[in-house]
Amino acid sequence: MKPAPFAYLRPATLEDALAALAGQQGAKVLAGGQSLVPLLSMRLAAPSTLVDINALPDLGHVTVTGDGDGAGDGVRIGALARHAEVLASAEAAASQPLLAMALSHVAHPTIRNRGTTVGSLVHADAAAEMPMVLRLLEGSVDVASVRGRRTIPAAELFAGPLESTLAHDEIAVEAFFPALAPGAGVAFQEIARRHGDYALVGVAAHVETEGGEVTRARVGFVSVSDVPVVVDVTGAAQDPEGDPAGAALAELEPADDIHATSAYRAHLVKVLTPRVLADAVHHARQRSAQGKSA
Amino acid sequence: MTTSPEELHDVRLHVNGSVHEVRVPARRLLSDALRHDCGLTGTHVGCEHGVCGACTILVDGKPMRSCLMLAVSAVDAEITTVEGLTEDDGTPQGRLSPVQQAFSDCHGLQCGFCTPGFLTTITAGLAENPDPTEDEAREMIAGNLCRCTGYQNIVKSVLRAAELGKGEE
Ligand SMILES: Cc1cc2nc3c(=O)[nH]c(=O)nc-3n(C[C@H](O)[C@H](O)[C@H](O)COP(=O)(O)OP(=O)(O)OC[C@H]3O[C@@H](n4cnc5c(N)ncnc54)[C@H](O)[C@@H]3O)c2cc1C
Ligand code: FES
Ligand code: FES
Repeated sequence: MKPAPFAYLRPATLEDALAALAGQQGAKVLAGGQSLVPLLSMRLAAPSTLVDINALPDLGHVTVTGDGDGAGDGVRIGALARHAEVLASAEAAASQPLLAMALSHVAHPTIRNRGTTVGSLVHADAAAEMPMVLRLLEGSVDVASVRGRRTIPAAELFAGPLESTLAHDEIAVEAFFPALAPGAGVAFQEIARRHGDYALVGVAAHVETEGGEVTRARVGFVSVSDVPVVVDVTGAAQDPEGDPAGAALAELEPADDIHATSAYRAHLVKVLTPRVLADAVHHARQRSAQGKSA
Repeated sequence: MTTSPEELHDVRLHVNGSVHEVRVPARRLLSDALRHDCGLTGTHVGCEHGVCGACTILVDGKPMRSCLMLAVSAVDAEITTVEGLTEDDGTPQGRLSPVQQAFSDCHGLQCGFCTPGFLTTITAGLAENPDPTEDEAREMIAGNLCRCTGYQNIVKSVLRAAELGKGEE
């Protein structure tokens, strides 16, 4: 099928883009189009106007701020930075290693060449890796509208299935992924039918350690619920007899769909959670050891 | 009900080194613009939602799905389709590129429907990694579907193209 007709604008400034969105209730932003164009072609979306942001200046950046020790340190990703550009940034991977770990699972390289990381966050697909990663890392998204700018913390970004809390006239201009603190570690694994497919289940862990002991452990899940979810499993991770996967499953209701049954998803959560936690603890200890020797 | 005619946009596409001036509605997919408006039917359309890879073209040298781009949004891009892979040797039909030659040598195609997308994807893949291992060759084509040749000969074609590219006959 082909898309239904729509009007098209390709503004050259952010101000013009915001004015265009504010003037039209049915207008939508076009970024990489890797989620939106299929929806248009399948006629699951029929916006009156598309506001193409690809000609806007100064939004293609992947910038690392700070030296890794402060609260504002991390990776700032502009709305037009493609997944491939974020994945290719060695500075970004050094500041927050989970970015590259997760991005290598986002679709195929061909899709990553066009799709944007910020677009994937706004699209808010629970089967997508980066919304969960933003939540797990407690990052945020900066959005602009004719009314001004605001910062949306990750915990407040995801409203429901494929629904973010941006207003219809807001453009996400930048995402912020905090740097990995000293003594912290991360890991990511996912099971998909074929490499590059959406995950049946994906799991990421973020742990903080002091003197090699876990002080905080959180796990995030892709494709398990209908929104990106993160569960704190610190207690279970600290207890040698603990069952972090059980603790996580108590908070989750794995979904049933054509790709996998809820029982199979629960099984994958049980298998992947301890593995990914162990990897993250190992990563944290390795980084602490390197930090001392450096 | 009266329907007003759909607004048309004048778009200047840069394809295989030539300029094509086309007049298209905003909803014209780049794949359709290449095929219908530019007459370059080498780019094939299978699924039209990004999954099969048949429509893959190079945009500023990088593989992208032409079915997931709008023609109106491709104005600033330098596009290469499968027709643009052939090398100029003074003859009207040109000379097959190393990747095209390798597909011919290794029986990398049967019906040929998926082939344009494989050729463009592998051309860009080898530019980035001229000497892939077999695993890397498989990874390179993981986003493209072939329903009839099977992937064994396509993987062989990638490795053969790498040899040809290095001048190993
Ligand atoms: C075959 C295929 C496989 C894929 N596999 C995966 C996968 O495994 N994992 C994964 O995470 N993703 C996958 N994707 C989706 C891909 O990651 C998309 O790139 C991403 O979801 C959306 O980014 P985009 O720039 O393409 O956004 P678009 O498609 O342009 O937009 C998506 C939505 O977000 C809105 N939007 C985008 N940017 C902004 C902005 N800056 N401000 C306000 N609104 C905005 C749009 O209005 C639209 O509603 C796949 C896509 C395809 C085609
Ligand atoms: S037609 Fe574009 S990916 Fe299938
Ligand atoms: S050659 Fe027929 S689909 Fe690949």
